[in-house]
Amino acid sequence: MDFLSLFVIIPVLMLLGFIPCRNIKQVRAVAVIGATIELGLAIALLFMFLNERNLGNTADMLFMADYLWYPALNIHYAVGVDGISVVMILLSAIIVFTGVFASWNIQPLTRDFFIWLTLLAIGVYGFFISIDMFTMVLFYETALIPMYLLIGLWGTGKKEYSAMKLTLMLMGGSAFLILGVLGIHFSAETADGSLSFNILEIAKANIPMEWQRVFFPLTFVGFGVLGAMFPFHTWSPDGHASAPTAVSMLHAGVLMKLGGYGCYRIAICLLPEAASEMAWIFLLLTGISVVYGAFGAIKQTDLKYINAYSSVSHCGLVLFALLMLNKTAMTGAIMQMLSHGLMTALFFALIGMIYGRTHTRDIRDLNGLMRIMPFLSVCYVIAGLASLGLPGLSGFVAEMTIFVGSFSHPDMFHRVLTIIACSSIVITAVYILRVVGKILYGVCTNEEHLKLTDAVWYEKIAVIGLIVCVTIIGMFPHWVSDIISGSINW
Amino acid sequence: MFTYTLPILVIPALMFIFLGLMDNKFKPMTSGILGTIGLGIVAILSYIAAYDYFFSVGLIDGIYQKIIAFNFEWLKITEHLHIDLGILLDPISVMMLVVISTVSLMVHIYSFGYMNGERGFQRYYALLSLFTFSMLGLVVATNIFQMYIFWELVGVSSYSLIGFYYTKKSAIAASKKAFIVTRFADFFFLVGILLVSFYSETFDFISLTNPENNELIMKTAGLSFLGISVLSWGMMLIFMGGVGKSAMLPFHIWLPDAMEGPTPVSALIHAATMVVAGVFLVARLFPVYYLGTPEVLTIIAYIGAITSLFAAIVACTQTDIKRVLAFSTISQIAYMITSLGVSGLAGHEGLGYMASMFHLFTHAFFKALLFLGAGAVIHAVHSNEMSAMGGLNKYLKITNITFLIACLAIAGIPPFSGFFSKDEILVAAFHSDKILFACLYFCAGLTAFYMFRLYFNIFWNDNNKEYEHTPHEAPFVMTFPLIFLATLTCVCGFIPFSHYVSADAMPFETHINWAIASASIGVALIGIGIATKMYFKKSEIPDKVADTVKGLYTSAYHKFYFDEIWVFVTKRIIFEGISRPIAWFDRHVVDGFMNGLSWTTNFVSQKTKNLQSGLVQDYVTIFIGGALVIVLIMILI
Amino acid sequence: MNVPIEAYLIVSTIMFFVGVYGFLARRNLLTILMSLELMLNAVNINFTVFNRYLFPGQLDGFFFTLFIIGIAAAETALAIAIIINIYRNIQNIFVDKVNNLKH
Repeated sequence: MDFLSLFVIIPVLMLLGFIPCRNIKQVRAVAVIGATIELGLAIALLFMFLNERNLGNTADMLFMADYLWYPALNIHYAVGVDGISVVMILLSAIIVFTGVFASWNIQPLTRDFFIWLTLLAIGVYGFFISIDMFTMVLFYETALIPMYLLIGLWGTGKKEYSAMKLTLMLMGGSAFLILGVLGIHFSAETADGSLSFNILEIAKANIPMEWQRVFFPLTFVGFGVLGAMFPFHTWSPDGHASAPTAVSMLHAGVLMKLGGYGCYRIAICLLPEAASEMAWIFLLLTGISVVYGAFGAIKQTDLKYINAYSSVSHCGLVLFALLMLNKTAMTGAIMQMLSHGLMTALFFALIGMIYGRTHTRDIRDLNGLMRIMPFLSVCYVIAGLASLGLPGLSGFVAEMTIFVGSFSHPDMFHRVLTIIACSSIVITAVYILRVVGKILYGVCTNEEHLKLTDAVWYEKIAVIGLIVCVTIIGMFPHWVSDIISGSINW
Repeated sequence: MFTYTLPILVIPALMFIFLGLMDNKFKPMTSGILGTIGLGIVAILSYIAAYDYFFSVGLIDGIYQKIIAFNFEWLKITEHLHIDLGILLDPISVMMLVVISTVSLMVHIYSFGYMNGERGFQRYYALLSLFTFSMLGLVVATNIFQMYIFWELVGVSSYSLIGFYYTKKSAIAASKKAFIVTRFADFFFLVGILLVSFYSETFDFISLTNPENNELIMKTAGLSFLGISVLSWGMMLIFMGGVGKSAMLPFHIWLPDAMEGPTPVSALIHAATMVVAGVFLVARLFPVYYLGTPEVLTIIAYIGAITSLFAAIVACTQTDIKRVLAFSTISQIAYMITSLGVSGLAGHEGLGYMASMFHLFTHAFFKALLFLGAGAVIHAVHSNEMSAMGGLNKYLKITNITFLIACLAIAGIPPFSGFFSKDEILVAAFHSDKILFACLYFCAGLTAFYMFRLYFNIFWNDNNKEYEHTPHEAPFVMTFPLIFLATLTCVCGFIPFSHYVSADAMPFETHINWAIASASIGVALIGIGIATKMYFKKSEIPDKVADTVKGLYTSAYHKFYFDEIWVFVTKRIIFEGISRPIAWFDRHVVDGFMNGLSWTTNFVSQKTKNLQSGLVQDYVTIFIGGALVIVLIMILI
Repeated sequence: MNVPIEAYLIVSTIMFFVGVYGFLARRNLLTILMSLELMLNAVNINFTVFNRYLFPGQLDGFFFTLFIIGIAAAETALAIAIIINIYRNIQNIFVDKVNNLKH
């Protein structure tokens, strides 16, 4: 049994563990134990990885394991991690862990909720550990389906509509994706002439340029839909607004990162020539995403919509930086994924907690919360500051790495786009401060809200956990940037 | 050698985290005392560092060395570019350490009295520590990116302190405005950093500002963009950052509003320290400006002069005492900026640079004194408006005297400190550009006028006013800083500043140019004289004067409508013109397209599903029809 | 008397399409069944006629006809049994009323 597969096996065991559960306490216990083990494993993996690297193991992927799964089509279950996957797994583990605490009181059908959530986690972990394109896509789809039920059953507002929209758009994306993946599979000429799904082998193989030109847009758009690339981002505001707290957290925090990760792993690394030729089209689109998302956020009145548009902007920056095709910008992109994941999860957790108390997310109905729930409010300010890129919190290091990296592109076009993308830091400040000023400051005029209470212990665990992570990355960015940039061979 | 400077940064940072986390678990006094003790240690260490630097180790071979006391790589970005955090000691950073820690310590002490009983006293001290930490980090930055980091931190602490009274609408708006306006300027700063570092391949100040064989200047030689050299773009953009923080035109609008914060905060942040960050930035990069882009330096000088004149005129018409002081701050900082703009690099040519730093030094003390004095007045009468004051000399003896000293200093009357530094600036401007000199000279007169207008309106001109509660002098914790700063204001003009700070780090001699000095004293006295005539006692003259120049008066009273222009830009253009259409476009066009897709699918399937009637006869009809068609085709072909 | 083959074929074609029409147009299950019988008999005519005119020495066509008659009888018996059952259930033998499984 290899170490990495534990990430998939433990959630499966959790699923079995949920079956005999009879009451909410047992369900919570199983969920917390499982999430804690996963978090422990992720941290262990990080240290094992660092240890291997220190010992001088310079292989592309570490801890590899490979099982032939369906011989007729040469499909393997193959796992392996490099620095990027390690970081992403850690991110997922943190967010699943905090997500469990954030959905402590989910009603009704608590057990079913956690079952689907765990299934989602299986998809996410499986995606990040796979190095076989087919299993990657398999896990990708596994992660998408539970989303439909989670939003459709436990959501709020127009939940059926949002769930359907989200699922259909993402499925539409994955239709492109599967075409692209199969195309890559069939057009890659490996050394021994066999057809392979293994990305390491395909990376060595030569894919003819005319095929690359076809498959790059397919795979990039396929993953780009999940990465909320303009104009395929509209599932995100509706989806996030309707989803329950933990699902928003997981979705914005981890699932959207699947998009960025996939773009990097498959579209860019396997089709590098086409990537450099066609990058400008997608740079324009993602550049638009960055500014457009930020401007879109200014005029929203629903907290979750604001945050969803802000995610469009920040995730746009991820894809934007990946397309700059240089090591620094890509490192920045991965750091931005990590940072945005934590930050946005924190945001959604806080919004969920505020919504759980006030039963409204409309900023026009909220004011003066600072006096009523100081803990949540201060945390909200911290999340906001992280989002607008305050030094010392994770957003800053990621954005600055991206900007410096992107600006070092020799081409004038790219540099001008970088400057335009930079301007998002101002617009971000506008919408963040607008919200903070509106809902937290001032005097509370709503009698009902005066009676509300501050966070309780399980909410504090979720929030503090995320804030600590955001701060650690922001204060000591060196280790994380080293792990990531060590794995980018560009 | 200078490793003991590390606690200067670490203590306030830890204090912030500690006080911030404990917040209400401490009694207010405990937080205050802890913060003050921490800052006391910082101040003492700064003085020791200054003494060591200037009198024992700094001067080697007649040049003040740049000493890196501490440095580590914080984030590696590319092969060449890495963000370091460290401590760079050179004359200006050491001088700033002294200024910041002194003023900050005074403000810490003063706040015991001023903020006594305020809700959030602990938070206040935590934020003061954060601010002090960020400002100290800014001035000792070893590289431009560290400066940017602390620049942002300073902005955030300023934001939180302006919005300290977060239940007040105007305070929320002011804090938001301050942050966003400076953030907008920082965007240019960031782009400037990117541009410059792209060519220089380093963030490091020492290599950026190396006056000989400057790599940055060599590498950018001959490159231009839109007809202007790349280096000019870069340095201009970097200066824009300074324009934002130092509240020069057209980004000055946030500073008057920032007066919504507690008065000691205004003294510390918006008078003495943070707002001079822009001056400090230009001074830090001065060799690049002078050697690489002299034309930018000229622009800087003119921006400074225009701002100075503008702010001085506006200050004459304001009635909120803190706003008068705010505009006077803008005007004085613009003085420093102009002075840098006219400066040269070597020896006596570098007079402007030295004068600018000297003025920064003296201004910090007397402006802090003015603000703290204004705080004492506000503490006594519970209002910011001049109309609520008058005749306070009877009640606030100490405040009166210290405030007078500060007013004389800022007006440029010897032997107070402002005279010396202002004189040097005027001399520097006189030798460089007569227009700038005329501008600054006129401002000097205006400064004397509006400061004494303020002074008389507060402390004299009693107008037979009756106070509901008899105003009483502030407690000792508040008067002590006043006295201390007043003493500094009296003595620090005699410091031979050019022995310590100069553009090329080589000490030189300056002498007072008595011709210009007497002219400036003259204009100051005229200003004071007019103010005395108009405001010492209640008189009709001010209204008459206001009536004769009604247009000018009204527009100055409305700060020349800059706020309205900015509001128009943000509200009408950005909010209504860009943001709203984008939100609409997103909901209706982009999303509408997606919804349209699903609607079309739905529609088509609704229509086609009627083909499946479930009646066998219908199917058979189609089957037979189809068979007949096939037969026909086969027959015909 | 020599009847041309076309005459037989015309009759059988008319019979077949009458059957088709009846099968499609009628709603009554019994008439549908009768139309079916018409179509089968049209085919029977074709078989016998072609056998008689094209392969006079052989009997294959006649045998087929006999088979078809036999199967048609069995089929009718079965169909009528079903129809009676339907009638018992819904008191009706119109095809468009037999839609219990659809709804």
